[in-house]
Amino acid sequence: MLIQTINQRFSHVIASFALLCLLLTIESTAMAADTKLPESNIPQVKMIDAAIQQQWFDYSLKPSPVEDDLKWIRRVYLDLIGRIPTFQEAADFAKDKTPEKREKLVDMLLNDGRYTEEFATHWATIWSNVLIGRSGGNMRNSFINREGMAKYLRDSFASNKPYDRMVYELISATGESKPGTPKFNGAVNFLADKVNMENGTLATSATSKIFLGMQVQCTQCHNHPFNQWKQQKFWEFNAFFRQTRSLRRFVKGTNDLDHIELVDEDFAGEGGRASEAEIYYEERNGLTKVAYPVFIDGTAIERSGYVSEVNRREQLAKLVLQSEFLPKMMVNRTWAQFLGYGFTKPIDDLGPHNTVSHPQLLDSLADEFKKNSYNIRELMRWIVLSKPYQLSSLITSDNEADDPAMGELPQFSHFYLRQMTAEQLYQSLVTVGGEAKGSLEQQQAERDRWLSQFVVAFGTDEGDEATTFNGSIPQALMMFNGDLVKRAIDVSAGSQLGNLANANSKFPEKVNGLFILGLARKARPDELKIATGLLQARQGKSEDALQDLWWAILNSNEFILVQ
Amino acid sequence: MRWLEHMTPSGMTRRHFLKHTAGASALAASSMAFGHTLQLHANELKRNHKSAIMLWMSGGPSTIDLWDLKPGAATGGPFRPISTSGDVQISEHLPKIAKQMHNMSIIRSMSTREADHDRGRYYMHTGYVPNPSIEHPSYGAVIAHELMAQKSELEIPPFVSVGGASEGPGFLGMSFAPFNVSSDGQIRNLEMAGMNDTRMVQRMKTLDLIEKNFVAQNRGSAAMDHMKVLEKTYQLMTSKQMEAFKVASEPEAVRERYGNTPFGRGCLMARRLVEVGVPFIEVDLGGWDNHQGIFNILETQRLPQMDQAMSALVEDLEQRELLKDTAIIWMGEFGRTPTINGNTGRDHYARAWSVVVGGAGMKGGIAVGATDDEGRAVASEPYSAEDVMASVCKSLGISLETTYQSKSGRPMKIANSGKVIRELFGESA
Repeated sequence: MLIQTINQRFSHVIASFALLCLLLTIESTAMAADTKLPESNIPQVKMIDAAIQQQWFDYSLKPSPVEDDLKWIRRVYLDLIGRIPTFQEAADFAKDKTPEKREKLVDMLLNDGRYTEEFATHWATIWSNVLIGRSGGNMRNSFINREGMAKYLRDSFASNKPYDRMVYELISATGESKPGTPKFNGAVNFLADKVNMENGTLATSATSKIFLGMQVQCTQCHNHPFNQWKQQKFWEFNAFFRQTRSLRRFVKGTNDLDHIELVDEDFAGEGGRASEAEIYYEERNGLTKVAYPVFIDGTAIERSGYVSEVNRREQLAKLVLQSEFLPKMMVNRTWAQFLGYGFTKPIDDLGPHNTVSHPQLLDSLADEFKKNSYNIRELMRWIVLSKPYQLSSLITSDNEADDPAMGELPQFSHFYLRQMTAEQLYQSLVTVGGEAKGSLEQQQAERDRWLSQFVVAFGTDEGDEATTFNGSIPQALMMFNGDLVKRAIDVSAGSQLGNLANANSKFPEKVNGLFILGLARKARPDELKIATGLLQARQGKSEDALQDLWWAILNSNEFILVQ
Repeated sequence: MRWLEHMTPSGMTRRHFLKHTAGASALAASSMAFGHTLQLHANELKRNHKSAIMLWMSGGPSTIDLWDLKPGAATGGPFRPISTSGDVQISEHLPKIAKQMHNMSIIRSMSTREADHDRGRYYMHTGYVPNPSIEHPSYGAVIAHELMAQKSELEIPPFVSVGGASEGPGFLGMSFAPFNVSSDGQIRNLEMAGMNDTRMVQRMKTLDLIEKNFVAQNRGSAAMDHMKVLEKTYQLMTSKQMEAFKVASEPEAVRERYGNTPFGRGCLMARRLVEVGVPFIEVDLGGWDNHQGIFNILETQRLPQMDQAMSALVEDLEQRELLKDTAIIWMGEFGRTPTINGNTGRDHYARAWSVVVGGAGMKGGIAVGATDDEGRAVASEPYSAEDVMASVCKSLGISLETTYQSKSGRPMKIANSGKVIRELFGESA
């Protein structure tokens, strides 16, 4: 539906426009790319730039040049709305000659109604993976309704719900997990499978890690030498979740799970006194200890287990909103989503034992985020318009030392190459293929089916998982022979390849068009030559030769990378 | 002419083709056929090749209920020990494995520190504790890397992980990543449907040029690894050795002996992969994270599945004279608490637990080390993941002096300088 709109919007253009004109426009802009960008007027961007540049100076690094426009918009489209730009979108950007064109593009992707759906879907996907993992809800009889989670997140991102509001809702949600049920509240899917088992220890570790950057899973069983969290803190945090249950709701007349309802019930405590509902845990030396709900900063709440007196999750959600770690964690996560590395590694460990690459910047960005009412789109805008995000991914001799893959703290003196996520690849290929059938929900279901082929779950109760979408053979086989790529190289009208193939221009121009679409650059002379060879091999049928070329471009490392 | 040239090991036709296709016009050359190498005869392979099979018990198996029983102790649980064909006793619910124990030994004095799934999995697979600044190569990548030299005929990936994710290749690069397959042997997207060989080669050649141009921009090791992965992918698409994944082609009686379970099919596939010369195969059996109702799950589900598949595998390898060259490692992230919790479960426990190894010249039928009366602590010299890895490497003829360089230039000794467990090689401790 969505993709159809885009193609309706753009398909006619290529046919009517001369392809050559577009290429010329693009070329002239790309050539002029190395000119200096205007200084930003956004105070938060200036703040980022100053802090980052200071450390370049301190570490004797010189940044890579500013990335050219074609490569840069590819990066921005992938990061903000989850797919590469169409040929027409790239051309439109190239036509804009104003100095603030990058700012305008970012504002369009963030705020223009034409992109709201793609923006919201993309970020709902990213956050689904954060909150319930890539495999959450994929198994039959799972407590999680993946579509319910996605729907909640899509609505949140589409309406630009403030981050603190979203976190409050996720932590304190009650209701049914499945869309269409009377008490539907998609937010319950975050905790749906994390509260019933093992006294809610999964809810404890996920909530503290995802929203506060506290790695506590090890302290469940013992004090950890490198972690300021002690075992006592873990169980005090855990006590907030002990009123909460996931109740099974079955398909009528069967024993098949249909969905769950997340509820808060009176908790009698493990000592049997609901007015002082305590829990017990065992220390490594065998001693039994008692714990009541106490937040990480030492704030204790009423001990009663009666929901009418104290709703423990609501209390927890309120305390989380006051924590300095809430905005910090979100800033760190969002920064990493755009720049490839966060200020800490791993990003969700903000404990004092972990080194921060830019401690002051992290603090002040967190302050700004909070001051700006936790506006997620604003935070994204600052990061995407900051200097480090404009840089080329080509490493120079003056910044090759800045290599976080070697364990160095990142200095962001060049853009770090990274592979597209499976979701970005899927959306990009669907977009260039130009066909998407069915409702948004059906499209999402089809995408989830495709994505599930790359998820390998470990056989643990904690739902750990890994992905084979990591540059290994299964991914290469999918790109060589899979249906998705077959559709993407379809030459029928409506696809990007079809549009280019049918355009009224010469073969080399079409070749360049494909290179621009796929790799954000023109073909090199040897690439043009081999394309001509393909044309001969296909007995002059340019459609077939372009199809071969497009296959090769899509399979290349250069395509799969966010540069 | 770069990597396309050696993409099909015995591809004389292709090499000939490529020799005459320098330049673009040659793409117009007419048809050509790929040379398929024939699967090497199994007899030849088993003389020349070492392999290892890891049976990965994902979730942390309760070794106190399997390999190191404490009957009568408060921590003992309901299972009884039985005698075996070796000089050890094991759980009564592993009767078939009991008949194979002359081939396998139990290391009862494992003592490790990682009791979290992710950390434990990483540590047991690599011999290193997780460190955010470096990614260590896992067992499969290390062994595949070291044994590749003897495997020049191998056209399929040297590290196969069946039914689970295993751990990555770390700084050895993506060309040593596990090839993840499901136990039914179906490899997705293997067929280049509707594509003739000529056109595929021409596409590959075009792709090769784009890749080469990219690598030439000094794009780092990941870009080069990508080329290697493409090469391996193309190679396996045209390889007869892919037959090894087709467990369904085994006689029904054989399949039944391994059990009609994913783990059973995985073990059967492991045997077939060893036969074509794959150096490392990991087979995953999940569902050991039994925080509640552990004894019922073990007795009715985990142990029967494992008993049937693992016993058939060991027996087959021995009968086919492959066991003397094939190391078997049975382990999980950690063991489980001697104390039985309030939900009749056992929780994570790394301080004292067991691992089982055998084959490739390692001594069978013995128990190495011991735990105390309740299984809470080891009562002999403790062994670590590094020590197990060093012993497996030794059994495969891999030098323990092998040293790698991490991407940051740090020297790293194989198996993190673990020490060989001497009893496994017939020496006293």
